[in-house]
Amino acid sequence: MSEPLLVLRGIGKSFLGVRVLEDVDLEVRPGEVHAVVGENGAGKSTLMKIISGAYAPDEGTVEFAGAPRVFHGPRDAQRAGIGIVHQEFNLLPERTVAENVFLGREPRRRGLVDRGAMLRRTAALLASVGEGSLPPGTRVGQLGVARQQIVEIVKALALDARLLIMDEPTAALADHEVGRLYALVRRLQQHNIGVLYVSHRLTEVFDLSSRITVLKDGRRVTTVNTAQASAGQLVRHMVGRELSSYYPERATPDELGPVRLTVRAGGNGKLRGVSLQLRAGEVLGVGGLRGAGRSALARALFGIAPFTTGAVTIDGKPVRLRSPRAAMRAGIAYVTEDRKGEGIVAGLSVLDNALLASRAVGPGWAGRGARAARIRDLLAAVELRAAGEDQEIRFLSGGNQQKVVLARWLALGPRILLFDEPTRGIDVGSKSAIHDLVRRLARDGAAVLVVSSELPELLGLSDRVVVLRDGRIAGELPAGAPEEDVVALAVGATREAAG
Amino acid sequence: MSSALSMPARRTSPGVFVALALTLAIGWLVVTIQGGRLFSVPTTVSLLHVAAGLGLVAVGQTLVIIGGSLDLSVAYVVSLSTLVAAETMGGADAALLPGIGLALAVSAGIGLLNGLLVTGARINPFIATVGVGLILKGYLDNGYDGPAGKTAPSLVRSLGYQRIGPVPVSFLLLLGVAAAAWFVLARTRFGHHLIAVGGDPEVAKLSGVRNGRVLVTAHVLCSLCAGLAGIYLAGRLGSGAPRVGTEGLYDLESIAAVVLGGTALAGGTGGVAGTVGGVLLLAGIDAIFNQLAVDAFFKQVIRGVIIIAAVAVYAQRARRKAVS
Repeated sequence: MSEPLLVLRGIGKSFLGVRVLEDVDLEVRPGEVHAVVGENGAGKSTLMKIISGAYAPDEGTVEFAGAPRVFHGPRDAQRAGIGIVHQEFNLLPERTVAENVFLGREPRRRGLVDRGAMLRRTAALLASVGEGSLPPGTRVGQLGVARQQIVEIVKALALDARLLIMDEPTAALADHEVGRLYALVRRLQQHNIGVLYVSHRLTEVFDLSSRITVLKDGRRVTTVNTAQASAGQLVRHMVGRELSSYYPERATPDELGPVRLTVRAGGNGKLRGVSLQLRAGEVLGVGGLRGAGRSALARALFGIAPFTTGAVTIDGKPVRLRSPRAAMRAGIAYVTEDRKGEGIVAGLSVLDNALLASRAVGPGWAGRGARAARIRDLLAAVELRAAGEDQEIRFLSGGNQQKVVLARWLALGPRILLFDEPTRGIDVGSKSAIHDLVRRLARDGAAVLVVSSELPELLGLSDRVVVLRDGRIAGELPAGAPEEDVVALAVGATREAAG
Repeated sequence: MSSALSMPARRTSPGVFVALALTLAIGWLVVTIQGGRLFSVPTTVSLLHVAAGLGLVAVGQTLVIIGGSLDLSVAYVVSLSTLVAAETMGGADAALLPGIGLALAVSAGIGLLNGLLVTGARINPFIATVGVGLILKGYLDNGYDGPAGKTAPSLVRSLGYQRIGPVPVSFLLLLGVAAAAWFVLARTRFGHHLIAVGGDPEVAKLSGVRNGRVLVTAHVLCSLCAGLAGIYLAGRLGSGAPRVGTEGLYDLESIAAVVLGGTALAGGTGGVAGTVGGVLLLAGIDAIFNQLAVDAFFKQVIRGVIIIAAVAVYAQRARRKAVS
C-alpha cells in the first residue's frame, strides 16, 4: 500500500462562534478516489476550502505528500500540488482555453508570453485526459458546460496537481455528459493523482470511489470501503439525528380546505414537468438538494423566473404569473431565502420595510395613515420585538427582520404564502416563533408552501412533503415520514436501498 | 496562424471600421455634392491631428477599461501636462527633454494615485478619478488664467506641425503607442492578467494574479498616455493651456471612443485597434460637420445619438451571445 498523499488530523473550524467542523480525520492515497458525502451544511465545503488553502483550520493538522503544511491562501496550496475544481467554474468566457488554463502563470520566452508553447502544452494536457479533440484556441464561452468543466480540470492539472478536489462536479452536467467525466476521473487515477470527490449523488459515489467518508453536522461519522457499503447504510449515517425541537401541531383533516393552487406540468429552465396541488389550510414542504429546483419552484410561482410551460390555477381559475407584481395580484406572497439581499432594505425603518409591498401595489398615497395603522396591527400580531417602528431594520435580529417581512406580505391578505428557507440564519428561539406563525397562517385558511433544506424543519412543519431532484418531483411523502426517505428521494437512491 | 488569430484584437468587431468607412463615404458624398472637398490635404491633416490628441488619451483609457476600471481625470492630466511641459521648457530647446520627462513623471504620479485609490482604498473608480480630477481642476483654476510657459521650438516644429505627406508626426506617434499597447495586451503577462482582472477579478485572484498591482500599472499607463497627449498639445499650441483638456472633452470622448471600438465598459474584452477606429470615427464626424458648417450644438446632438446607437448595437449583440 502506498504512502497516503493527504492526511488530515483533528481538523476543527468555527465561524463567529458556530462550530462548523470538529475533529475531522481524512486520508487520501495517490490514485485513489475518495468520496466525501453528507447533507447540506454537513461541513463538506468548509473542509474542502481548508484543504485547498482558502481557510485556515482552527485546530488540527494538514499533511500533504509526507510533510506537514500550513497554507496561506489558495496559491500556496496550488503550488504544493492541490488543485480544486469548483462547483461554479472559475473561467473567463471571453478568453481562449489556453489563456484560461495558464492564467496567472503564462509560459514566457524572452519576457514575453509564449503563445505557441501555451497552445502546445494545453493541447498536450487535453490529450492526456482524452480530450485531444478540443482546440486550445477556442473561446471558453463557446463551449458547453461539460467541456468548460474539462477546461477547469485541465487548469488544475496544469499546476501538476497531485490531489484534485472535485466539488459536486456533476451538479452542472446533463445525464449524458456524466460518462465523460467518469472516464476523465479514471484517467486521473491512472496518472496516480488522488481525487477527493464531493457529491450528494450516491450513484456516482458508488461508481467512482474506493472509499467514502460521511460527514454529519461537522463531524466525521465514518469512513467505509465502497465495496463493503450499501446506499441504505450511507443514508442512515448521513441523517441519523434525533428529532429534538418542538413543532406546532399539524392540520387535522377537517382543517384542510379546498384545493387552492394547482400546477400542471410546470417547467422552465430549471424545472421540468412539475405538477402539484396545494390546499387551503395546508403546509406543503418542498425538499431536495441544493440546485434541485426547490427555490426555482417558489420563484416560478412568484413570477421571478416564471414557468414557461404548463398551467397554474388558483381557486380553479387559470392565472399567469409573469412577474412578482402579477403574482401579488393573484394573492401570492414570497418570503425569500436571501433576506439581506432580497427581503429587506437595510437602511429603511421597520415601518417602511413593512409598507413596501402595500405601497407598491396599493392605490393612492404612500402616506402613513390607515395603511400604517393596519401594518402596526400586523407587526403586533407577529409579535415583533423592536425599539420602535422607526428603527432601521438592519439593527434587528434575523428573526425579527423575518417577522417584518412577513407582516409586509400579510398586509396584502395573501391566499398563498411561499416561504423559502424561512428560518435560515435565525437563532433557535426565534425559529419556533416563525414555525408557529407559519402554522397559524395555515390555520387561518392560507395555503402555505415551505422550502427548507433542514430536514427536521421540513418534516416537522409540513403536512405533506414533495421532494425535488434535478428539477422534477422525485416523490411525495406523508407527514411524519422518516428523514431517510427524504434523503433517499433527493439523492436518487432507490427505496429498497434506503429501507 | 492560431497565434495571430488569438490576439486580443481578434474579438474587436470590425463593426467600428465598417461604421467608419460608411461614415467617411457618406460624408464624402454629401460634402462633394455641397461643392466641398472632404479629403483635401488641409482637412485630412486637421482630422488626423484631432485623432492624434484624442487617440493618445483613448488608448490609455482602453487599458483601464479593459481592466474593469475607468479614468475620468484624464482631461485634467492633459491640461496639467501641457503646463508642466511648457513651463519647464521655457521656450528653450535645451530644456526639451527635462520638460517631457517632468510632464510624464507628473502624469505617472497621478496615475499611481488613481490606481492606489481604486485598488488600495477600494474607492469606486468613477468617484476616485473624478475626485482626483477635481483636485487638479482646483489647482489649475487657482494658478492659471490663461496660457502659460513656452514650448521648446523644436517640439513645436516636430510633434506639433511636421508631417509626412498628409500624415502628421503626431498621428504616427499615436499609431506607435497604439501598437505598443496592443502588443502589451497580446504578448505580455501583464496584458493577459489585465484582461483577466477586468473579466472576473475573483477568477484572476484564484488563478494567482495580483489584481491590485495589475490595475495600478494600468492606471499609471493610462495617465502616461494622457500626459503624452498633453505634450503633443503643448507642441501644437506653443504654450501650456490650463483648459485644453476639459474644453476638448478628453475624458468623456476618450471613453466614447473606447466604447465605440467595442471594448466593454464592464472590462475583460476589447482591444486597442477598435479604439483607434472609434477615435477616427469621432474625428471623421467632426471633419464632415466642419466641412458642412453644421451648427456646433447640433453637432453635439448628432454625436450623442451616434454613441448611444453604437452602444445599443453592442448591448444587443451581447444579449444574443448570452442567449445562444
